[in-house]
Amino acid sequence: MFRRTLLTTAGAALAAPALLRSAWAADMPGVTKDEIKIGNTDAYSGPASAYGAIGRGHVAFFKRLNDQGGIGGRKINFITYDDGYSPPKTVEQTRRLVEQDGVAFTFNALGTPTQSAVHRYMNQKKVPQVFVSSGADKWSQTKEFPWTIGWQPSYRTEGQIYAKYILANKPDGKIAVLFQNDDFGKDYLIGLKDGLGDKFDKMVINQSSYEVTDPTIDSQAVAMKSSGADVLVSAATPKFAAQIIRKIYELDWKPLHLLTDVSISVNAVINPAGPERATGLIAASYYKDNSDPQWKDDPGMNEWRDFMKQYLPDAELSDSNYVFAYGVATTCVQMLKQCGADLSRENIMAQAKNLERHQPPTLIPGCYVSTGPTNAHPIRHMQLQRWNGKRWELFGDVIEGAGA
Amino acid sequence: MRDTLIGLVVVIIAVSLAFVASDYRLFQLTTVAIYAIAILGLALVTGYNGQISLGHGAFYAVGAYVTAILTSMYDVPYWATLPVSAVVCAAIGFLVGLPALRLGGLYLALTTFALAVATPQLLKHKALEHWTGGVQGIVVDKPDAPFGLPINADQWVYLFSIAVAAVLFALAGNLVRGRIGRAMRAVRDNALAAEATGIDVALFKTRTFAVSALVTGIAGSLSAIVVGFVSPDSFTVFLSITLFTGLVVGGAATIAGPIFGAMFITFLPNLAEQVSKAAPGVIYGVLLIAFMFLLPAGVAGGLNRLHRRRPAPQP
Amino acid sequence: MDGFLHQLLAGIASGGIYASVALALVMIFQATHHVNFAQGEMAMFSTYIALVLIQAGVPYWVAFAITVAVSFVMGAVIQRVLLTPLAGSPVLASVGVFIGLLLIFNSAAGWLFGYTLKQFPTPFDGPPVMGGFVTPHDLGAFVVTLVVLTAVWAFFRFTTLGLAMRAAAYNPSSSRLMGIRVGAMLALGWGLAASIGAIAGMMVAPVVFLDPNMMSGVLLYAFAGALLGGIANPLGAVVGGFAIGIIENLAGAYLVGNELKLTLALVIIVAVLMVKPAGIFGRTIVSRV
Repeated sequence: MFRRTLLTTAGAALAAPALLRSAWAADMPGVTKDEIKIGNTDAYSGPASAYGAIGRGHVAFFKRLNDQGGIGGRKINFITYDDGYSPPKTVEQTRRLVEQDGVAFTFNALGTPTQSAVHRYMNQKKVPQVFVSSGADKWSQTKEFPWTIGWQPSYRTEGQIYAKYILANKPDGKIAVLFQNDDFGKDYLIGLKDGLGDKFDKMVINQSSYEVTDPTIDSQAVAMKSSGADVLVSAATPKFAAQIIRKIYELDWKPLHLLTDVSISVNAVINPAGPERATGLIAASYYKDNSDPQWKDDPGMNEWRDFMKQYLPDAELSDSNYVFAYGVATTCVQMLKQCGADLSRENIMAQAKNLERHQPPTLIPGCYVSTGPTNAHPIRHMQLQRWNGKRWELFGDVIEGAGA
Repeated sequence: MRDTLIGLVVVIIAVSLAFVASDYRLFQLTTVAIYAIAILGLALVTGYNGQISLGHGAFYAVGAYVTAILTSMYDVPYWATLPVSAVVCAAIGFLVGLPALRLGGLYLALTTFALAVATPQLLKHKALEHWTGGVQGIVVDKPDAPFGLPINADQWVYLFSIAVAAVLFALAGNLVRGRIGRAMRAVRDNALAAEATGIDVALFKTRTFAVSALVTGIAGSLSAIVVGFVSPDSFTVFLSITLFTGLVVGGAATIAGPIFGAMFITFLPNLAEQVSKAAPGVIYGVLLIAFMFLLPAGVAGGLNRLHRRRPAPQP
Repeated sequence: MDGFLHQLLAGIASGGIYASVALALVMIFQATHHVNFAQGEMAMFSTYIALVLIQAGVPYWVAFAITVAVSFVMGAVIQRVLLTPLAGSPVLASVGVFIGLLLIFNSAAGWLFGYTLKQFPTPFDGPPVMGGFVTPHDLGAFVVTLVVLTAVWAFFRFTTLGLAMRAAAYNPSSSRLMGIRVGAMLALGWGLAASIGAIAGMMVAPVVFLDPNMMSGVLLYAFAGALLGGIANPLGAVVGGFAIGIIENLAGAYLVGNELKLTLALVIIVAVLMVKPAGIFGRTIVSRV
């Protein structure tokens, strides 16, 4: 009898660490002693496949990280799936990541409608949805959706910044807005409304939308010029930004032109449109454009260039998606480092909301990532810059958009 | 009789999967079931009645939004939205069928293509924004199992979809095997001759369109429930093209075809992605063309041929 | 009134884009009685080929000619290798192939050439004319479209080959009995359509900038234009293309707003097909029993 008790106790004592370890492991889903599983969905097929570059950037980034030894002795197992920018597919792929692959968290998954489709799911399942790749404002609703956080400045924030600038520099301006007819474009309108307040109706005299499937925006350009506006805000993706820059030059219309940061790339937008034609163009930005001569010797960008040469030698360097990806991946690593040994989902989320003045090398000086328990707008600062015909000239102070 | 037996076996297997498959797999299988229903609708109008539609995504979208709006704005229980969706889509299908009468083949294909392209824009429009939620879309609650059954929401939605699919497939099977089905095929193969035998071709074609829209609309409603979210980006022209792809791969004028087609369009993109992340579209396109070469009448068509080629049993 | 004139001119300019693509659609329809949904993507791919040549230092018009030739071969080969074997199969199988081609060309272009915007040079350079609403390129492209249109029209109207091609499309079996090599006619038709598409792409790219999704928006409006003018009629397709451009611009600016332009295209298509299915310039074919 005594022997049985002794054996049982001994057995229990031996088993205890194993039990404890598995209990410990159960508290860190997606994490083993060798690896951390990170999930991601991106558009690798379909009309939005240009953004597939972001996912490719991350694959390369984590490969480099693993080559350098990983984090805390663990390698990163980065799993990315194609959702073709289709929300139902996003649901399928995200469920696969969470339920089949058992990832610890999803990182920088792409798109507003796509991530909206899994917004509730991730929060119900209590899986961190960190640094969503979208400028929608909803990712900062940290009270209702505590397991989600964005990264880039929201489009609405940018709209507010432009409104501030217009009020300060052209208070009786008549504004025309060219916007893409989706959440991206419409968020700018909302931001302008935020910033202009009750002056919005008086100042904004023309709102011209376009669809991504529109071949040209000539008709919109003509309409906006005819309205007599002397300020133009363009919430347009690269192709249409290049078109509008060229068209207003051809129409001999010289409004104060404000352009979304999504389309500031020199090689991808300004050069095709014609560098001299864009003179006077103003845009806000938070990260550096590789083809801009002012960052030619910048150490942060050199780090990025070295990385691209080694790990993505065939990629187009003028594709700003790779710069974007590098910046947000750096933030992810910072978050993981801050987690230390506790890589539970709760702590991962807690650290995502605990980033103090973290500055990836690709961000413009003055812009940084900063989050707190009640502040889920990671990047709120943007720098205004003016195109002088040859390069972007930063001017003024870094402007802060609305916080939490 | 044989087909009914096969159908029964399929349903039994499908139901039993509900208790062995993981939640994620069940979600995938529910997607397959829903696409199968959607493609079934397309098969009725294109396969059996010869009216090419590249715009069935529009009916799918209408069904989805009807369900989303009714459940989120008016608290209608999810199952009650299906009949409403059916009626609405049938009406729209009939309306689309009217001008379709004047169009044949190519022209109808182009027109329905235009419908598919215009659908997202319509869904986003300011005038409808109050109901459709505009670009933000609508979130749909996932229903729990009724009567306190000991199964989770994923299992329940799966079984519900299988049930709806079984009913619709059985009805469709009956339809095409009977008099109406023969009339549909007669209209498809030689409208003039059909008219001469007393078939009211115009009535047939519009009614077929209506029924086909109804079926695909119900699939859309189910998709709103299982995905839990609708937005204009969920219903682009690519959806219509995908449904059409499922139709030709599965076998256009068959009842079993839609099931194979649904499996193709659900699983093949994942396969293509594993082969190439850089250009999954190329892989998918190549596989699709390969299917067209190997099985020009679709999987079901190929199986039919195989079956017919088997020598009759010797006495 | 100023604005109206400008919208009109802008409409003519975009109409030129639709007209040139519509020509390619008409060519392939005339030759095969099929509509190739991958036409736009093939044209876009050809334009990239041209860009590669130009960036390698080849002079514009030489690159132009090479691209047209390469596209011809590409179209003919696709017809022979992918479509001829399916001649006896259901029509739907061919449509499946078109869809496959669409996906392949689009994805391959993105993979091979990248997704960032590329500038495509125009041989018609210079400052804008007519108050900035029409550029020399618009005029040049217009002329090119007219030249191609005339060539296509003359080909079908006056040459034996053109007649043979139309015959092969209308009635392959009878044509064979007449000694027409139907297979060769089909390949020729596809080759010509691909060449016209390449020309359209090279005229369109300087205006809209080159990227893999350049043609996806154009296709629907080009279809609408071709239908409006008459899909069996090259002149009709061109006129239809311009008409659609004007209608779309004016209606978008004054009538329905930009947010319903696609719906308007749909409505136009339906209306035309209800009232005059053969298109404005088409001849209504009455078949009596």
